[in-house]
Amino acid sequence: MSTATTPTAAEAELAVQARQAVAKSQGYWAGVWKRLRRDPVTIGCAIVLLAMLLVIVFAPLVAPHDPYQGSMIRRLRAIGTPNYILGTDELGRDMLTRLIHGGRLSWFMGITPVLLAFVIGTFLGVLAGFAGGKTNMAIMRVTDVFYAFPSVLLAVAISGALGAGIVNAILALTLVFIPPIIRVAESVTTGVRNLDFVDAARASGASAFTIVRVHVLGNVLGPIFVYATSLISVCMILASGLSFLGLGTKPPEPEWGLMLNTLRTAIYVQPWVAVLPGVCIFVTSICFNLLSDGLRQAMDVKS
Amino acid sequence: MFFYLIRRILYAIPIALAVGFVCFMLVQIAPGDPINAIVPADAPGDVVEQVRRDYGLDKPLPVQFGIWLLKVVQGDLGRSLATGRSVWSDLSSAISNTLMLALVASLIGFILGCVLGGLAGTFRGSIIDRAAVTIAVAGVSVPHYWLGMVLVVIFSVQLNWLPAMGAGPGGSADWVWDWDHMKHLVLPAVTLAVIPMGIVTRTVRGIIAEIMNQEFVTALRGKGLTRAGIFLHVVKNAAPNALAVMGLQLGYLMGGSILVETVFSWPGTGLLLNNAIFQRDLPVLQGTILVLAMFFVALNLAVDLVQTALDPRIKRA
Repeated sequence: MSTATTPTAAEAELAVQARQAVAKSQGYWAGVWKRLRRDPVTIGCAIVLLAMLLVIVFAPLVAPHDPYQGSMIRRLRAIGTPNYILGTDELGRDMLTRLIHGGRLSWFMGITPVLLAFVIGTFLGVLAGFAGGKTNMAIMRVTDVFYAFPSVLLAVAISGALGAGIVNAILALTLVFIPPIIRVAESVTTGVRNLDFVDAARASGASAFTIVRVHVLGNVLGPIFVYATSLISVCMILASGLSFLGLGTKPPEPEWGLMLNTLRTAIYVQPWVAVLPGVCIFVTSICFNLLSDGLRQAMDVKS
Repeated sequence: MFFYLIRRILYAIPIALAVGFVCFMLVQIAPGDPINAIVPADAPGDVVEQVRRDYGLDKPLPVQFGIWLLKVVQGDLGRSLATGRSVWSDLSSAISNTLMLALVASLIGFILGCVLGGLAGTFRGSIIDRAAVTIAVAGVSVPHYWLGMVLVVIFSVQLNWLPAMGAGPGGSADWVWDWDHMKHLVLPAVTLAVIPMGIVTRTVRGIIAEIMNQEFVTALRGKGLTRAGIFLHVVKNAAPNALAVMGLQLGYLMGGSILVETVFSWPGTGLLLNNAIFQRDLPVLQGTILVLAMFFVALNLAVDLVQTALDPRIKRA
């Protein structure tokens, strides 16, 4: 059968057209980027966050003073004091320096739990969604139990029982964010699993591992990732909240939540200096929130 | 409907048991011997052993859980390490204070959220819509403990209009609904209301926009119904979902008020928890978390049942 091996002129023409169409189409990520570029709010938030990240990473180079070096004679200076633009804290340490250094731990504690929960939650959720049956039942019922706690309460309960400390706080927050990620991962995976192309892959002899790696993960990681980014904002607030309660890091370590706590008594002396760490938490949190909203729209993920 | 009711209630029982187990485990995961949750650290060795046997702490974990559960069901949450009083005696007054704060905050958040969300959903794409969405995003992104401090700075320190902390002259025991007491409630309640306001705004906006796009609204408009008339139809359709979201928010506020209560020294469960953590008073920590979590489980159940009863479109069997 010569027609099967040597294409006819019409078929060759079709193949050329198809290749041209593939070359011309932008692909998924190019489309996402194009939509993102037209969204000034999302781009603005991304720039603010990137700038903050740079300042935080290069904190020792950027910060004008030593974050631990205080002085009793220049305690609680007002905003705009020469040499101390954002004033000084209750121990006479430069606020700007402390805010820059404090961002390191606040960002770390805000992002690490979500990252860990993303990895663990995606694994368990995809497993539950793909395996179905008893595995699904077991994973999802345990998830239900953790859903029966309000998130703040669960975080406070676990880190309260474990005792103060950064590792314990991160552990508690990770546990708080695993169940919601499992739920999202399970529901998208269940949706993808029943699509025709998965059946087709299975029929053509692909192993379960290949199906999950190529067909399932490729389709579910995006939505789960977008959902996880929306959790960073909550996690930042909760992490700083735990530090605010004294459950995170310990003084004199700079951290926004803890700084807010130690400056609480100063609101009668220098109120606007005392609320500065909260401004940092607020700005970071709202930027992550808007960035996540923008990503969701650009990636066309249904909420 | 009847069978759904029974099934839903039956389903809540294993959840409640599992929640109890998690609370039981809180003391187990705490560093050190769980016996430290009962006897002070400086107790002599033979006393510790005696107590260990009395409390059944020498028995295997599942048996211990059974014993603990039996006590809890009878209302015995143990004794506070710090005060020696029974946990329940401190908890009962704290719970009512937190409930009052959470109820008022939910109400404020719900009303504001419905107004903002309703306006945004009705006039989608307008300036009002953009403003409402911005307020909603700010509401869910703001660290509310910080917002509390800012409100104290403005209304207590600078303007001197409202008290910065406490629950009024009568304390928590003799609460009266007069201005002397209520002015203590204003700032914490407003602070706590910001989160449900943001969430309700988002939800209501989505629901209203969806309903406005449905054909029956076009039909109502076509038959010449006034804007107010159409509005009533939309509200009727949106109410069950909005109420369900609000019901759950009340539960989140009950559990999440710890930070706001700490800022305002409001004598509720949050302050109790904070003190318990500070003094490593594990029985108080465990009891408070247990009661709040059980409240949340019950609330979830109630919301589900009420929503099913209210909304004839939900057919559950």
